[in-house]
Amino acid sequence: MTTDDVTRELARAFPDNPDHLRELHDRLAAAALQDGVLDVAYRTLDTTVGTLLLAATEQGLVRVAYASENHDTVLQALADRISPRVLHAPSRLDTVATELDEYFSGRRRSFDVPLDWRLSAGFRRTVLNHLAADIGYGHTATYAKVAQLAGNPKAIRAVGTACATNPLPVVVPCHRVVRTDGGIGGYLGGVEAKRTLLTLEAAA
Amino acid sequence: MAIHGATVLRVCRAVLGPSDADDAWSETFLSAMKAYPDLPGDANVEAWLVTIAHRKAIDVTRATARRAVPVAETPDIVTAPAANIRDLDLDADLVEAFAALPIKQKQSVAYHYLAGLPYTDVAAILGGSTDAARRAAADGIATLRRTYPGVTSPEREPR
Repeated sequence: MTTDDVTRELARAFPDNPDHLRELHDRLAAAALQDGVLDVAYRTLDTTVGTLLLAATEQGLVRVAYASENHDTVLQALADRISPRVLHAPSRLDTVATELDEYFSGRRRSFDVPLDWRLSAGFRRTVLNHLAADIGYGHTATYAKVAQLAGNPKAIRAVGTACATNPLPVVVPCHRVVRTDGGIGGYLGGVEAKRTLLTLEAAA
Repeated sequence: MAIHGATVLRVCRAVLGPSDADDAWSETFLSAMKAYPDLPGDANVEAWLVTIAHRKAIDVTRATARRAVPVAETPDIVTAPAANIRDLDLDADLVEAFAALPIKQKQSVAYHYLAGLPYTDVAAILGGSTDAARRAAADGIATLRRTYPGVTSPEREPR
């Protein structure tokens, strides 16, 4: 038997047990929350537009991500940009999850959870602020109109970029921004998701 | 940080056995989270975590020794839901053989082979020379090979 055999067998003899590890993680998350050392808490939520990743700092909701963005990649980016103190800790996101559930079942028209805007800056952030404040449930606005609202009517492409890099989709409603020619336009969660959201809001 | 959870748990189990491993794991990650702002940006996180786990394991061992006179040897139970019975038996034998190694050998094998740290890091954690760490690990592996020859049994499925 070679050294490789022994080490491979050793790794097998001390196996990963995902359930057990999850339990330990949950306990750690509770302790970290209590001690104020949990910088980013996250959970996932199954919705009609797929599984969403929700992440919150102590200031508020900081990230909503579609599955198409790859949740592992998003978590790594959060660790790099905010803090590696990232843990699965659903309790910090209870309110957000409830409000999203209500939204997707047509029982909620706006979100009133605190938002942490730190992943968005400059003109993009101005655009997103206007989306959140000025385009109500069930309404849409064109990219040109949003550029105007944000104070720079020529920056139509930049509005598109702001929407495409929205760190808080669904909650900050970039899905309500459509093309001037009546086309639905792109969406970071996929055009199908955008259509689903607009249909949902039109029906209510 | 959490991506290293499985490795650290494996190391804690190897060095401490299953009963104390959970406590050592939890304390390792909680103190790592508290200490993280002091960590230099270019630090190797896994080596750092194993270093903390090493210290926690020593604390836990001392606390356990202080707490009570052991009535009997607690058997090391390996929980591997996917493994079949024969594998479980083999693994239990290996865990037993591993548990019987001198502590330095156990630590060197765990940190190098289970956590994948280079011997320079293992030596830094154990406080000896790189050669000493390499020798301890080699001695440990040699003992395992001697006392535990039946790992690769012929009827086992090829991998």
